[in-house]
Amino acid sequence: MTDTIIVEIPRYSPEQDTEPHFQRYEVPVYKEWVVLDALNYIKDEVDGSLTYRWSCRMGICGSCGMMVNGEPKLSCATFLSAYARNGDRIRVEPLRYFPVVRDLVTELTDFLAKLKKVKPWLMRENERELAQGEFLQTPEQLEEYKQYSMCINCTLCYAACPVVGLDPTFVGPAAIALAQRYNKDSRDQGAGERLAILEHPEGIWGCTFVGECTRVCPKHVDPAGAIQQYKLTAALDWIKSFVMPLGRKNKDVDDGAKAA
Amino acid sequence: MEQKPPSNTPIYTEFHPRWYRRHVSVYWWLGQRQYLKFILREVSSVFVAWFVVLTLLQLRALRVGPEAYARFVHWLEHPATIVFNVICLFFVIFHAITWFNLAPRAMAVKFRGKRLPEIFISAPNYAMWIVVSVGVAWMVLR
Repeated sequence: MTDTIIVEIPRYSPEQDTEPHFQRYEVPVYKEWVVLDALNYIKDEVDGSLTYRWSCRMGICGSCGMMVNGEPKLSCATFLSAYARNGDRIRVEPLRYFPVVRDLVTELTDFLAKLKKVKPWLMRENERELAQGEFLQTPEQLEEYKQYSMCINCTLCYAACPVVGLDPTFVGPAAIALAQRYNKDSRDQGAGERLAILEHPEGIWGCTFVGECTRVCPKHVDPAGAIQQYKLTAALDWIKSFVMPLGRKNKDVDDGAKAA
Repeated sequence: MEQKPPSNTPIYTEFHPRWYRRHVSVYWWLGQRQYLKFILREVSSVFVAWFVVLTLLQLRALRVGPEAYARFVHWLEHPATIVFNVICLFFVIFHAITWFNLAPRAMAVKFRGKRLPEIFISAPNYAMWIVVSVGVAWMVLR
């Protein structure tokens, strides 16, 4: 006989409920089943009204982030068997600190607005002619930002960050790490502009370095490290503005682009 | 009867889904071991400040005269003061260790195009800490 596990899920229907109530489902445990398989089993076999987001089921799309026993996890990369061993129940909840639309679906508009705010695209002060060819990049220059470019916007880091919960205006780990991804890109010249957006209490200085964002990140982006390094850059920039009040702000970035 | 807005104003709220927002408890930091560790790390700075105040008090006692200094030392020898200072010492050590462990995350030092492993940042910090501590101990205890 197959082992089973009880999956507890808060059900919330905006049409009927004022707050969520937990519902329990008995789900078989197979060695190769992840939490997402359990949800799909429930939806297919037990209760078709269960609502959740998912897509690629291989840790790339970043849609299926959920709280699994209080920890932000990609439900496609969290094996049921790991929880079946110590106890017979598992609690799957929507990602913490986000408003809940229905059941396990969180509202992402605010997060997407924050992402856009940091201008996560290549910015040029002086656009090159097409005839001049592409921007070449050395492996070292790629290495500078590659880690940050692995982010899949799964928002697990937001659900891990108490600052996000306590101060909803905080731009948050993924967005700041993404800003660093473009700052560190040798083709980009927008570091100064992004710094002006982020050197505020709701930007980099809102971070108190809890470090949980890095611990839960499924793609090893290390947003906490990115933010602290950004703080260092901001502090040096501030000191530089005293020492060389007339100096150019984006000098380093320009030099990087020239080297490319 | 409910008053309706002018007809040219679209009513968005009527069909807007009612989001459920969970309240963040004041005791959020008690729910998770890592959060508690973070709060203890932050609180430890108060104890670091206390040792600074203690040093200032000692300097003041020195300036006032031998009698005041004897009173200060007597106060330091009181069991309650010793217990409190031992707790402070624990937090100061905790503060130092967590700080040194976090330092490599904030400093990405490059050497020959590669980022140095974390140990290369934290180890010199620890080494300096030990050297300074031994230096201070030698000055005080010799």
